[in-house]
Amino acid sequence: MQERLQELQAEAIGKVEAAADLKELNDIRVAYLGKKGPITEVLRGMGKLSAEERPKIGALANDVREAIAVTLEAKQVQFENEAVAAKLASETIDVTLPGRQVNKGNHHPLTRIIEEIEDLFIGMGYEIAEGPEVEQDYYNFEALNLPKGHPARDMQDSFYITEETLLRTQTSPVQARTMEKHKGKGPVKIICPGKVYRRDNDDATHSHQFTQIEGLVIDENIRMSDLKGTLEVFAKKMFGQDREIRLRPSFFPFTEPSVEMDISCKICGGKGCSVCKGTGWIEILGAGMVHPRVLEMSGFDSKKYSGFAFGMGPERIAMLKYGVDDIRHFYTNDIRFIKQFHRHE
Amino acid sequence: MFVSYNWLREYVDLSGIDAYELAEKITKSGIEVEGVEKKSEGLKGVVVGHVVEREKHPEADKLNICQVDLGGEAPLQIICGAPNVDKGQKVAVATVGAVLPGNFKIKKAKLRGEESNGMICSLQELGFEAKLIAKEYATGIFVFPNETEVGTDALEALGMEDYILELGLTPNRADAMSMLGVAYEVAAILGREVKWPEINTVEAAEKASEIISVSVDAKEDAPLYTVKVIKDVKIAPSPLWMQTKLMASGIRPHNNIVDITNYVMLEYGQPLHAFDYDRFGSKEVVVRRAKEKEILVTLDDAERKLTPEHVVITNGEEPVGMAGVMGGANSEVNSDTTTVLLESAYFAGAAIRKASKDHGLRSEASSRYEKGIDPARTREAAERAASLMAQYAGGTVLKGTVVADSLTIEPAVLSITLDKINKIIGAELTADEVVSIFERLKFEVKSENGEFTVTVPTRRGDITIEEDLIEEVARLYGYDNIPTTLPVGAQAPGKLTAYQQKRRQVKRTLEGAGVYQAITYSLTSEEKVSEYALEKRDPIRLAMPMSEDRSYLRQSIVPQLLEVLKYNLARQNDSIAVYEIGSVFLSNRKEELPDEKEHLAGALTGLWLSHPWQGEKKPVDFYVAKGVIEAVFDTLGLTQNISYQQAKIHGMHPGRTAEVLLNNESIGFIGQVHPTVQKELDLKETFVFELSFEKLASVDVEPINYQAIPRYPSITRDIALVVDKEVAGGKLESIITDAGGKLLKEVQIFDLYEGERMEPGKKSLAFSLKYYDPERTLTEEDIAKAHEKVLKAVKEEAGAELRG
Ligand SMILES: [Zn+2]
Repeated sequence: MQERLQELQAEAIGKVEAAADLKELNDIRVAYLGKKGPITEVLRGMGKLSAEERPKIGALANDVREAIAVTLEAKQVQFENEAVAAKLASETIDVTLPGRQVNKGNHHPLTRIIEEIEDLFIGMGYEIAEGPEVEQDYYNFEALNLPKGHPARDMQDSFYITEETLLRTQTSPVQARTMEKHKGKGPVKIICPGKVYRRDNDDATHSHQFTQIEGLVIDENIRMSDLKGTLEVFAKKMFGQDREIRLRPSFFPFTEPSVEMDISCKICGGKGCSVCKGTGWIEILGAGMVHPRVLEMSGFDSKKYSGFAFGMGPERIAMLKYGVDDIRHFYTNDIRFIKQFHRHE
Repeated sequence: MFVSYNWLREYVDLSGIDAYELAEKITKSGIEVEGVEKKSEGLKGVVVGHVVEREKHPEADKLNICQVDLGGEAPLQIICGAPNVDKGQKVAVATVGAVLPGNFKIKKAKLRGEESNGMICSLQELGFEAKLIAKEYATGIFVFPNETEVGTDALEALGMEDYILELGLTPNRADAMSMLGVAYEVAAILGREVKWPEINTVEAAEKASEIISVSVDAKEDAPLYTVKVIKDVKIAPSPLWMQTKLMASGIRPHNNIVDITNYVMLEYGQPLHAFDYDRFGSKEVVVRRAKEKEILVTLDDAERKLTPEHVVITNGEEPVGMAGVMGGANSEVNSDTTTVLLESAYFAGAAIRKASKDHGLRSEASSRYEKGIDPARTREAAERAASLMAQYAGGTVLKGTVVADSLTIEPAVLSITLDKINKIIGAELTADEVVSIFERLKFEVKSENGEFTVTVPTRRGDITIEEDLIEEVARLYGYDNIPTTLPVGAQAPGKLTAYQQKRRQVKRTLEGAGVYQAITYSLTSEEKVSEYALEKRDPIRLAMPMSEDRSYLRQSIVPQLLEVLKYNLARQNDSIAVYEIGSVFLSNRKEELPDEKEHLAGALTGLWLSHPWQGEKKPVDFYVAKGVIEAVFDTLGLTQNISYQQAKIHGMHPGRTAEVLLNNESIGFIGQVHPTVQKELDLKETFVFELSFEKLASVDVEPINYQAIPRYPSITRDIALVVDKEVAGGKLESIITDAGGKLLKEVQIFDLYEGERMEPGKKSLAFSLKYYDPERTLTEEDIAKAHEKVLKAVKEEAGAELRG
């Protein structure tokens, strides 16, 4: 009996190993482990055995059933895995084909520059002030220490609409307006971005419309050293920690003393090249201490208050930063141009 | 202003400072040196030669065979094509192996069978600008004065072994428009002294006042007018050193008299003019305003029509010069001149500016007067010029100067405290340091208890207030030495206004949706100015436009964006979606500023979605564009406040355009551009919108308030309604929303059918209605009740029937 059971085990396991598919496995299961199977058959003859042998054979029969079932199970898992693998293999795609494009747009490069500057100064406690693009002669010139007849305000250079109104030639009138609103009380800390206009023929370096961004700080005890520190923070953030900065004296009607700031030329590293006209430096902004007449005209006591102002051209900054060679690109809006400013850098 | 390094050394000691170092120091102290140029850079092998023989080339009419002595053993044969080459001349010879501008190397050559061992050079071939070359040498070779030594370096003789500093002068630094002025600046920087030219005039016994008188009618325009008389001059070329200095400074040499006036102007910054006394036409100089329609033919042979706004020098009868701008042809110094009337005057800047502008004449003289000259130098410059005329033109200087003087020259006296200087600069200078700076500037200074009293010389007319003195101190102290600080005091956090935040959010929403930002011009043409304007007002025209295309201030942005599309389509950029946020300008009454309104506009054309290899292609249509602005409204929290109605707008497709309403007020439009406009502009189907951004951004919206996530299931009912074609889907939707009560949480249109299975004039719209109650699970009964109300309302208000 014992031998018979061992034979059955070997026979069944042999068949399981040879089975080709799930159906065959099922047939084997029914044939060997079913109620009418040979193991059940063997057990039925147990009555003839001694009481001593009966539990031994019973245990053996269970072991044999268990062994066959385990083998069946293992084989079944194998078949199932194979089936899944075959199905997945049939589902293979070409992962190198391009993905479905997600629509996206981006800022105009000038907006990118302007927002970057705005954010930098917001972080230093500035607010963003805006004003009209059509201005009164008073705010555009007179309040900025450019009285009528001053050579720097030639009619030829500005788009006048009437005698007293014109397209602003700078964003400084926003400063004058803001100062006036403060009614002689500091502090004032603003950044003024916006469009400005000058009577220039459009070419690679001139545009009748362009943008400016200016800053103004007025408070008691504002010093040139504060201007210098502020501009250094700005330049390092905007152009990189490795760029050198140089301040040199200059002249603007609305500031005294006046300053121009240069940064070392990225192209030649300061040795001198055609971009920096051999000087190793590139001019990026004008600044200075607010002229006492400008303070007074806008209602500030120049004995008590002092301030600094600075201004720059986002076009110029974008041209330097991105290597753009023609200012007209900013206004023709060729989509191949705008799309280049889509990513982080 | 061009400054010769070598020439500058005559006025200030530059030992130990090379030209580049000097340029750097000048720039850092306040006058930007825009370039440093060495004229002889890259050139070599040019020597002075003596033409000992010249004969015509037998084979070529225009060529000369010259034998040129270069100081070597035998003369060299050189072929020269210049028309003015001749035996006996001293000339510049580029020998074999020489290098000329443009890296042009001189080699031995054969010209029509004749050997040539170099080249006789014109000044242009040596790199001089044509406009700086004296007329006699303009078309040929340059001829050195006879005393020039053979074999010497011609580049050196021509003043080319020199560095030219180009100063970019700001309008306040008129003082640096002279060599002496630059010398004062450099002396201040280096802490050195200024050397003035020496003047040794031997005057004749005859008095100038015996043969000329001066009267000034226009006293305000010409407060100081002086003349000197120099007799017996012989007109000839000026000395070579003077010519080369003039050329280095950008002035063309003429003859000794004219060159001396220019030379002294460059030295002192005082413009001078020489009249030919014999052709002057009288014995009196009268300075006055011109008469209406008076005519003067100037030196450049142009006929100038004058007005009483222009100041003229006259001989008592007629103008002989336009004051401070240009002399007249009638009294010009020419080769026959023997007696010179030398003018040195102080003219007011405004009068000169006016004349120079009206006649489009900017001369070296006028640009100096416009910016302001130093009246203290007027007389001395005349003395200097007269002495040079005696020395280099053989002239006799008559005794004295004839003067009309109503000018009071008072140097500005300013006071400033040490405290104020340090407070503004943010540094800690000592009184001694400040005094030393003023002394370097050659300003007279008194220092007492931390207060300085400074007398500013008249050459620095730009210094009028305390702050000007602070700038002088700061720049000579060195901007590099100023500490770096940040403003102290009350620090408020910076932030954007709500409006500015909304504008940034809207930009990001649009860009996230696939629309790119454009920035276009505010100026446009008369045809476009009012197209697509949201509000009709008179267009605003510039007083002096540069072109008709840019003569009006835009009232709308859409036409500019259509231009952008057109530009891109012409360059094969077929699928474009752009937006712009910018101002439009609406006129008010004259002299009032216009209303500037910020608008948001967009334009879309071509494919919206494209995924070619899966065959997916979706062109832009009305609903794509509408989806874009809906995203904007959603970002602003205004979805519930917006509605649309069919609209007819000029330039837009009559069936595919909607007016956009915010709280039932029109704020703009969206739709397809009219096909005829599309055709005119070569556009394909194009969809545009223009909205008042100000109105959109002006609505205050509720703060975000969390709504509980539904805990009970919702129930959805779909209905298909048959209505007349004219009934707007949006209207049906709002009827359903209103009728559905509080249980109806969502209504969505999911199908539109207008096909042949419909009765003519009808369409079917299918809606999906979602009901739910946050408090409990809904029963069939609840829904039936609500649904019934919906069906009743659509039937009554829109004649809608359930589709069977
Ligand atoms: Zn460079």
